[in-house]
Amino acid sequence: MAGVAVSTVINGDAVEYLCQPDEPLLDVLRDRLGLTGAKEGCGTGDCGACSIILDDRLVCSCLVLGAEAEGRRIETVEGMAHGEKLHTLQQKFLEHAALQCGICTPGFLIAAKDLLAKNPDPTEEEIRFGLAGNLCRCTGYDKIVRAVQDAAQVMKGA
Amino acid sequence: MNFDPRYSGRNFSSVGTRPIRPDGVDKVTGRARYGADFNMAGQLVGRVLRSPHAHALIRKIDTSKAEKLAGVKAVITAKDLPDLTNGDAGMYDILDNCMARTKALYDGHAVAAVAAIDARTARQALKLIEIDYEVLAHVTDVDEAMQHHAPLINDAIFTEGLEEKPVKPSNVTKRSQFGHGDVHQGFGAADFIVERSFKTEQTHQGYIEPHACVASVNLDGTAELWVCTQGHFVYRQHCAQLLGLEASKLRVTSSEIGGGFGGKTHVWAEPVALALSRKAGRPVKLVMTRDEVFRASGPTSATSIDVKIGARKDGTITAAEATLRYSAGPYAGSWAEIGAMTAFACYRLDNVKTVGFEVLVNRPKTAAYRAPSAPMAAFAVESAVDELAKEIGIDPVEFRIKNAAQEGTRSSYGPVYGPIGIGPTLEAVKAHPHMKAPLKQNQGRGMACGFWFNFGGQTCVDLNIGMDGSVSLAVGTVDVGGSRASLSLVAAEELGIDYAQLKAVVADTSSLGYNDMTDGSRGTFSSSMATISAARNAIKILRDRAAQMWDIPVDDVVWEQGHAVAKGDKYGNLGKLSLRDIAAKSGTTGGPIAGHSELVADGAGVSFATHICDVEVDPETGATRVIRYTVVQDAGKAVHPTYVEGQYQGGAAQGIGWALNEEYIYGKDGRLQNAGFLDYRIPVCSDLPMIDTQILEIPNPNHPYGVRGVGETSIVPPLAAIANAVSNAAGVRMTHIPMSPPRILAAIEAERG
Repeated sequence: MAGVAVSTVINGDAVEYLCQPDEPLLDVLRDRLGLTGAKEGCGTGDCGACSIILDDRLVCSCLVLGAEAEGRRIETVEGMAHGEKLHTLQQKFLEHAALQCGICTPGFLIAAKDLLAKNPDPTEEEIRFGLAGNLCRCTGYDKIVRAVQDAAQVMKGA
Repeated sequence: MNFDPRYSGRNFSSVGTRPIRPDGVDKVTGRARYGADFNMAGQLVGRVLRSPHAHALIRKIDTSKAEKLAGVKAVITAKDLPDLTNGDAGMYDILDNCMARTKALYDGHAVAAVAAIDARTARQALKLIEIDYEVLAHVTDVDEAMQHHAPLINDAIFTEGLEEKPVKPSNVTKRSQFGHGDVHQGFGAADFIVERSFKTEQTHQGYIEPHACVASVNLDGTAELWVCTQGHFVYRQHCAQLLGLEASKLRVTSSEIGGGFGGKTHVWAEPVALALSRKAGRPVKLVMTRDEVFRASGPTSATSIDVKIGARKDGTITAAEATLRYSAGPYAGSWAEIGAMTAFACYRLDNVKTVGFEVLVNRPKTAAYRAPSAPMAAFAVESAVDELAKEIGIDPVEFRIKNAAQEGTRSSYGPVYGPIGIGPTLEAVKAHPHMKAPLKQNQGRGMACGFWFNFGGQTCVDLNIGMDGSVSLAVGTVDVGGSRASLSLVAAEELGIDYAQLKAVVADTSSLGYNDMTDGSRGTFSSSMATISAARNAIKILRDRAAQMWDIPVDDVVWEQGHAVAKGDKYGNLGKLSLRDIAAKSGTTGGPIAGHSELVADGAGVSFATHICDVEVDPETGATRVIRYTVVQDAGKAVHPTYVEGQYQGGAAQGIGWALNEEYIYGKDGRLQNAGFLDYRIPVCSDLPMIDTQILEIPNPNHPYGVRGVGETSIVPPLAAIANAVSNAAGVRMTHIPMSPPRILAAIEAERG
């Protein structure tokens, strides 16, 4: 099968790649571009570990084709920190110990970033439903919800 | 190492604080490398072909077409993993589970594997492998498998542990028994007796990271393995034995691990990846799909348990008895035995008897899952205890307090307890505001207790002091939930330095001595003991170097708060030497400064927890919502309290999923019908409330700081606590886990008549 040439923007940088027509964007990010922050937990859109933001929309990158990224903007966990400064969500996840094994963390951070962009002052219930597409097996979600609540307060005041 | 009474009430400077974990930034920036995040030059993609049948003879495998496909570099079957187990039955089972030899024993059993230049080619190659199966009758239910007419899974198995040696083979591999006293007499003295049968369905550990490894076997007989595992030293031993390698020539590096919960204590794909690499002459990356994770790895036992408990009017239990049947998958296990040991461990009993039966079924080989076997036994026992309290007319907390085990109690599984936390957790629950909070219509409250042994085991730690005075701590217990943070705190405590001056890493198998796996809640318990010992060894050297720098006898040098101090008035002018001062001169005072420790961490303190749960049951749909949840557990000493809370919360959440939702569903064809997160639904954020925690600290007498393991006990009480809550809310005793909406609805409707 002939490869598809794709021009896209990832975390603000112009990127070009060749991919197979049936190749998931997740595989492109991980295997072709070395962006292994997005994880494959299921490959079927059920766990959210591969969450990215595609043109301001939260998606599972395992359910998007690499070819579909043509001309679009992609945000991954690798783009959240700026220089030496962590994103507020990243800092709050650390402070609240909102991660144990950490495999779901990139997906949660991206989903939380998307949630707060759309709803800067969410209730606990809104956070819980906003993050319901991401599975965590370690934490019971308690500390994740608290980290997002705390981050929302800080970001509102910023 | 014994608990040092001087630590009682001591103000620790590092232990008990809550710093950010050393691996944290890597994990929030996406830089942490997990099993599938590593690559080697020239690596191939490995894929495994799995049996679509629950039970089938493998008559013939033809791999010739797959081998001819362009881009395929190796195809292997059981022939490429010859039997090198030398009569070790346990290892033979592991080998057979990695690659079926003569029979496929469950849907998902590996039968062949390929390594190809890319995933697409590997998938195509799998389709070209032709297998001639003779499908056999199968059995997947634990009770059916015990019937005389059930299909035999292994005709070489004769039940062990019976008084008379059986003449016929059986699916029951072993009978085990525990207890003391005379239960017959005990039931005779009872005013009330509750007798019930319970079932629990099979669940999966559900770690979000699928099994993944990169294997590279070289032509000189050396090999490397990068893998997500709870025990890289154990993986090395197993892989070396199965592949015929020398252990020291197989270097295993544990990646960051994306959850394990017991499920990553067993090899599956790793020997296959190594065999593929050996045959292809190139590195091979093998990553399981989620479907494969469900069909071929994990899961826990399905169980069928009968419980009988009797008590006098005054609430004293006179006798307790249980029969526990646990599925083991198609290979022998000791799962019911563990269930039989833990079942009544919370109580002080004069007459107790438990009998366990290990049962073979055509399901994946049972693997450890967080306090393996204990949650199901606790579900049955704690449900019956609740029912008995009701019959007697006594408060369920008071009933448990009255019968709780204490220091000096002979446990139901044999040993006599030292200081334990069951009584204190119950007293804390009794006093907790949660117990007094009002409930609304259709809501119910339940509580339950749980026990876990905790393990110690072989442990090795290296502590190296750099010339700049910073300290690296190399440990061999894989960090599954924050142990690098807790061990850094312990090292900082002993050395008297700042937490930030340390960096802890998990060393590979060629860089550190053997360590048992991170299982049995042993990570922080055992490695902290070794870390304390290593730090004290380093302090001896630090004192010696300070003595040299001062030119005074070493006996006159003491270590205080991170400094060498010369003892006695005659040294009044010497001042102090910091660890950094001494490290800076190490090149001229005798060379590198380090402390090592190799030990068997005996004396892991047993652990108890009591949970409280409020639920709301919708009587129209049978759907249940957990509306409030509280965990009270003894930690011995909480080294990093935030991560201790995390263990409590995580175990409770897994228990909630098990209690209400999660189960393996097999069709009549013996095939797993819900091998994905959509149909095997683990709790999501919107399913759960905040999970409150209360940490109790009853020092473990066998650890210098009093530390006990904390990881597993939290999953033991939830099944029962939620079942008691649901039973109270719905007005009908629930006896089958998970309490999914159809099961609850059926129970409510049956009760209504």
